[in-house]
Amino acid sequence: MAITEAPTGTPPAAPPARRGRRSANRWTRRDKTVLGLMIGIPTAISVLFVWLPALASVALSFTRWDGIGLDTISWIGLRNYREIFTIYPPFFPALRHNVIWLAFFLLIPTPIGLLLAYLLDKEIRFTRIYQSAIFLPVVLSLAIVGFIWQLIYSTDQGLINAVIGKFGSQPIDWLGNPRLNLWAVLIAASWRHVGYMMILYLAGLKGVDPTIKEAAAIDGATAWQAFRYVVFPALRPVNIVVLVITVIESLRAFDLVFVINGGRNGLELLSVLVTQNIIGEASRIGYGSAIASIMLVISTVFIGIYTVNVFREERR
Amino acid sequence: MTAVSTAPPSGASASDVPVRRPRKPLTPGRVVLHVFLALTSLLFLFPLLYAVYTSLRPYAETAQYGYFSLPRGLTFANYSDAWNQSRVLHFLLNTLIIVVPALVLILLLSSFVAFGLARFRIRGRKGLLILFTAGNLLPQQILVTPLYQAYRLWDSQGWVLDKQAFIYDTYWGVIAIHVAFQIGFCAFVLTNYMETLPQELTEAALVDGAGVWRQYWTITMPLCRAPLAALATLEFTWIYNDFLWALVLMNTGDKRPITSALNNLRGEFFTDNNLLAAGSVIIALPTVVIYFILQKQFVGGLTLGANKG
Repeated sequence: MAITEAPTGTPPAAPPARRGRRSANRWTRRDKTVLGLMIGIPTAISVLFVWLPALASVALSFTRWDGIGLDTISWIGLRNYREIFTIYPPFFPALRHNVIWLAFFLLIPTPIGLLLAYLLDKEIRFTRIYQSAIFLPVVLSLAIVGFIWQLIYSTDQGLINAVIGKFGSQPIDWLGNPRLNLWAVLIAASWRHVGYMMILYLAGLKGVDPTIKEAAAIDGATAWQAFRYVVFPALRPVNIVVLVITVIESLRAFDLVFVINGGRNGLELLSVLVTQNIIGEASRIGYGSAIASIMLVISTVFIGIYTVNVFREERR
Repeated sequence: MTAVSTAPPSGASASDVPVRRPRKPLTPGRVVLHVFLALTSLLFLFPLLYAVYTSLRPYAETAQYGYFSLPRGLTFANYSDAWNQSRVLHFLLNTLIIVVPALVLILLLSSFVAFGLARFRIRGRKGLLILFTAGNLLPQQILVTPLYQAYRLWDSQGWVLDKQAFIYDTYWGVIAIHVAFQIGFCAFVLTNYMETLPQELTEAALVDGAGVWRQYWTITMPLCRAPLAALATLEFTWIYNDFLWALVLMNTGDKRPITSALNNLRGEFFTDNNLLAAGSVIIALPTVVIYFILQKQFVGGLTLGANKG
């Protein structure tokens, strides 16, 4: 770790110490060691537990391994990928569900969150109360969200079937029917996602210069025009954050479907397949790693967009 | 974060009148807006309120009249049943065993990094910042397979020390991945915060001969109480809510923290929805209470991370 001598730009070979000026050798060896450890230890932990495993997923995706001893790893090239695409039935349903999940999140809860943020950003009474209520689901774990919505969806004891039963309808198996359950789960997941998006957009709207809105109003723009052509473009940085978070959250989605039925029968997701290949009955390390590598490629694109945006701003 | 002053400095004209902002007239548009927002708020509260309502009803009553019915008698029996049958306290303690050390380590280690990156010119500073920030954005499933295998191999091979230093199925194993994963987010937030602190602070200390550690511990850290509180609130909630890590990296169901134990609890103990509702409310309560007490910190921490600059 190289530490340049002076944060304020004092030349290394400083002139003979004057009053108020520190000598060039202001960092003792001890200081350098302390600083090196302060940065080195967390970096090592992050590399060891996050980055090495991520890269190991890619490496393992080209191998066959029973997971017992390192000497049983054998290189098989792209065979895991070929098999996933051809003879591994849950892969394409899982991929499709992840895409639906992402599209749904981008089209339903995200715009709702933006709309609510826009409405709540105005000077309005009770705004804190409204915000607290809408944000509350965000503090719950997705596992608990799954439990709470089972009270609503369950076939014999659920609220929806109790209500429609009063009108003589047959009970519907909301979480068991593979044509319905993904949508039921997406509504439950959106319940939580709206508040998250709302809070991000509220923070973003606080940063929009109020005078540009006034200027638009003076120029005779309607509320919609002011939003569409003035406010929304000004929200670009938040929109990028929202996009990245939504993509990552859609890839991470796991807990909710796992507590509902273990992620089967219409609720397959890439994350579930990865987990099933470790702790499930049929554990194929190569398959799990190949799916994880596909997830890595997708997320790298969006993490890249995010970091470029965040760290480009820094240069200004 | 751009500071938008909500109360513009008012001139003399405002100071001689008692400060009372004229309330905006209640136009029909405002009424519609309030009705809409109130209904939306209720809609978002509804699943939780319904869970609380169901949890307070005796099973016999809902069995007879159905779940969509008015209450005849309310009871806390489901709570005591859920509490006793599923040993909630035991699993809550497991959670604490993980959350408390993880929280301390995360805040300590991430503030180390942030201090180093924000207050010194270090070669590769940007690369390190990206390493931490991007690492936190990776979906956990990308790491989980090799991590699980590494944990198991570590135990079976006994590479370091002897075979006593196990990591799979231990609290330290789960704490380690939480720490590694969350340092990223906290380092990002704290670096941004520390960069806003005036450089003169540590300069002055330097003149007094303060070493790196003193600059960190006695000068910088006391100024970071606000972001540290925000991060602590947020991280508590996230680790409390973690489901995946403890599910995969722990084998003994009895040792798992409460959120990961949920899955077993339902099958074993929760026989009806009233009990399930009570159990859910109990388990949701800690994060909900913390949110209501520390709402400002919670929201502040979340937007601090997402809304850099």
